[in-house]
Amino acid sequence: MTPIRKRRLGKIFLLVCGVSTALGLALTALQENINLFFTPSQIIAGEVPEGIFIRAGGLVEKGSLVRTTDSLELQFSITDGDRNILVKYKGILPDLFREGQGVVALGKLNQDKVLQADQILAKHDENYMPPEAAHALKEASAANQLTKPLEDNGK
Amino acid sequence: MIPELGLLSLILALCIAVMQAIIPLLGAAYKDPQWMGLAKSASWGQLTFITFSFACLGYSLLTDDFSVAYVAHNSNSLLPWYYKFSAIWAAHEGSLLLWVWILSFWMTAVSLSGKQLPESMLARVLAVMSMISIGFLLLLIITSNPFSRLLLNTPVEGQDLNPLLQHIGLIFHPPILYTGYVGFSVVFAFAIAALLDGRLDGAWARWSRPWTLTAWAFLGMGITLGSWWAYAELGWGSWWFWDPVENASFMPWLVGAALIHSLVATEKRGTFKSWTVLMAIATFSLSLLGTFLVRSGVLTSVHAFAADPARGVFVLTFLLLVIGGSLTLFAVRAPTLKSHIGFGLLSRETLLLVNNVLLTVAAGTILLGTLYPLILDALIGTKLSVGPPYFNFMFVPTMALLMIAVAIGVLTKWKDTSFNKLKHLLTPILFISFFLAAVVAMLQQRLNLAAVSCVLLASIVILAGVRDIFDKTRHRGLLKGIAGLGRSYWSMQLAHLGFVVCAVGAVLATIGSSEREARMVPGSAIELEGYYFQFEGTRQSQGPNYISDLGLVKVLRDGQEVAVLHPEKRIYPTRQSVMTEAGIQAGFIRDYFVALGEPLGGGAWAVRVQIKPFVRWIWFGALMMALGGLMAASDGRYRMLSRLRSFGSRAFGTQS
Amino acid sequence: MKRLLLLLPLGLFLVLAAVLYRGLFLDPSRLPSPLIGKPVPSFLLSSTNDSSLSLTQDDLKGSPALINVWGTWCPSCREEHAVLNALAKQGVIIYGINYKDDRADAQRWLKNLQNPYRLTIHDADGSLGLNLGVYGAPETFLIDSKGIIRDKYVGAIDMRVWHEKLEPIYHKLVAENKQ
Repeated sequence: MTPIRKRRLGKIFLLVCGVSTALGLALTALQENINLFFTPSQIIAGEVPEGIFIRAGGLVEKGSLVRTTDSLELQFSITDGDRNILVKYKGILPDLFREGQGVVALGKLNQDKVLQADQILAKHDENYMPPEAAHALKEASAANQLTKPLEDNGK
Repeated sequence: MIPELGLLSLILALCIAVMQAIIPLLGAAYKDPQWMGLAKSASWGQLTFITFSFACLGYSLLTDDFSVAYVAHNSNSLLPWYYKFSAIWAAHEGSLLLWVWILSFWMTAVSLSGKQLPESMLARVLAVMSMISIGFLLLLIITSNPFSRLLLNTPVEGQDLNPLLQHIGLIFHPPILYTGYVGFSVVFAFAIAALLDGRLDGAWARWSRPWTLTAWAFLGMGITLGSWWAYAELGWGSWWFWDPVENASFMPWLVGAALIHSLVATEKRGTFKSWTVLMAIATFSLSLLGTFLVRSGVLTSVHAFAADPARGVFVLTFLLLVIGGSLTLFAVRAPTLKSHIGFGLLSRETLLLVNNVLLTVAAGTILLGTLYPLILDALIGTKLSVGPPYFNFMFVPTMALLMIAVAIGVLTKWKDTSFNKLKHLLTPILFISFFLAAVVAMLQQRLNLAAVSCVLLASIVILAGVRDIFDKTRHRGLLKGIAGLGRSYWSMQLAHLGFVVCAVGAVLATIGSSEREARMVPGSAIELEGYYFQFEGTRQSQGPNYISDLGLVKVLRDGQEVAVLHPEKRIYPTRQSVMTEAGIQAGFIRDYFVALGEPLGGGAWAVRVQIKPFVRWIWFGALMMALGGLMAASDGRYRMLSRLRSFGSRAFGTQS
Repeated sequence: MKRLLLLLPLGLFLVLAAVLYRGLFLDPSRLPSPLIGKPVPSFLLSSTNDSSLSLTQDDLKGSPALINVWGTWCPSCREEHAVLNALAKQGVIIYGINYKDDRADAQRWLKNLQNPYRLTIHDADGSLGLNLGVYGAPETFLIDSKGIIRDKYVGAIDMRVWHEKLEPIYHKLVAENKQ
């Protein structure tokens, strides 16, 4: 091997090392920073561990928004059409937050399966429903369709 | 009538584009000067017809022709004229039209630079650009016709422009951003033409550099404007969200920055030839990918306004042809490119390589984070999102390393630099910088490592720049030497300084921001970092196409009034949508920021107040980088641009 | 070895393109409804305008029609409503499902904004909506004369959607019915 080739090989080796370190770091960081999405039904069913950051989506139930009079604390419940969970939040709701509309809440669950939200997202398009919220409702209705015939038989 | 003429004009432009994509290529192959020469006049033809079409859409918008679907969906008779006009690029169809219009401008600009280039090169470049034009014209005409009519029942009133887009930022952000995006098509076309030709030499790099620099500068300005717009308009006081659409424009900017640097090495030393070509392809590919991500709605984001799989399939096919084709060409032709020139381990080449690796890694990690939810959803159907912490965790250290590379890179020489020389140059810099960082650390009440390392790195880069000026002028004396340093040298210094200013702004604005949200009744005040934000209540006010609650907040310090802010909550009746307009007082050192949340009854409001230190520095630094790029592009060595400038001044001179 | 390295970018891009292609069809609103080809689920609900009038799936049979799911709480339904009025004037038969709504609100809406619906089913608790797999409003189903669901559209209908997507199918169903 000529010295030039040796040097070039060294450089390539360094490059590969650098890129793979970066890739490794990136994948680790990804694993730590993803927020999995859950539906209210999944949360009620106990599929979600306590104390980790999750995103929960669904429709804001009509008439469920309750504010406190002296601070910005508030709560509302979100539903996927089947089950609903309570979300607590302190702060200003986004412009497009409306009852009956889809939202995604980012936060942690407590023991009572109440979501303590750090962030509420409602997208900037009034025709828009966050796809995950749509997904949640879809799953719930699919589940209902499966159980419905049984109910009918019971009648 | 006018809209139909607009569509007809687009179809004519398409015919010309098809001609321009084929005949000059054949001409270049058979060395027929007339066939090759056709490319120039065809570029002018495309420019003319697309401009006409563009004007038709503008006319329909300005005259409130609601029989045109695009106008009915994106405008309203009450809208101020400048928003009516900028509604041209407010939605999918119109912004595609803007895309091809800008492309035709770039083509014409390239054709004007003709004298510098060999005829065959020019013909190939224009043909390749025209192929891209064909793709987008087809996309426009087939799937997204901006002139389609609502024949059945013409609405008497339009649905209005999305209120989020009714901001001065919208008027400038898309055209400038697109100028950047599309501008990368030039260097891409140069790379493809050179690959076809089989000749990739220093001349190739010299021709492409000014175009790349200009496109990169515009993209940078566009991103900056977008960031400022989000800050002012979304009401959160954040200036960067790592939103997929932001990422889509940021990735080509990063790779473009890498390309600018590797082009220097290819031009001056003839090294990294195949890498530079790959970067040129990658930069434009990422621009196209950005268009795809935004237009197809594959990634839902704040911006997603067109979700349509048919368009998505079309753009994806186009991507496959353009990117897949060019990468195949690259794989076939690149083995013939050889860079014979060796360089030492401690040389400017090595540092430029480090720079390229870091910038590419940064862009790669952003790409991974942006597409990761999609990849997992496609593979196993898990719904998840990647949070900003991932991006910050990957991006910030990479940029810190890049700052070190910048500092050393500026001080190294081409080919080889002796370690002792470098040590001699760097030692005082390191000494002063560590001293400064220590002072900052001691001044802080609570030690913040991020701030200290930021000061340290910033000072190293700035001092290295200053040191280099002294070193370069040591033989001729400072004053004489400075005059002889040349425009491209100063533009490099400016851009590097801009990088530092931007980084310092970003770090300080992130760690130094403070915010409070509170329920405020008129007359009450809250304290934030020694400032008193006094809420004076709101009053109803009427805008041209909205009604608003206009708040008044006074900011006091030690009884002195330092700022008066007017946060606003607007309701746009046509769309029944609510918009928060933050009240911001901008400052060199800090911004005061107030946004109204919701009314809580009895005149009380939920209010968010923020103090954002040094946030202006981010945009100021980014603009310095862009200005550096433009300055370098206008360097006298690239005469084609100066020709273009003289042409531009003539053209604009007659207009005014 | 070097050639392989040069093919790497192409390979990476092709993988990316495959993922993107897959991603294009992941949009939940584009998933075909599992109900297409099946009859409208059975229900027994009252009419929105007249609580004493009870309606069943059989009331929807007889001719091809649109079934529009709406609610007064849904802002894009308001935009869509004008389009539906125009379609009804042209003789298109539209049934409404007033989804998870307040009866008084809905009656006021129909009085103020005109009533394009031949019948409006009052689905206060959303049970029919759930059986139809509705996950929001507005959504519109196309049924044939036998009450079989033939297509579904998610989101607000505007004239363009009507002309490009729904009208051809509607006319096909009308033609089928005449045979």
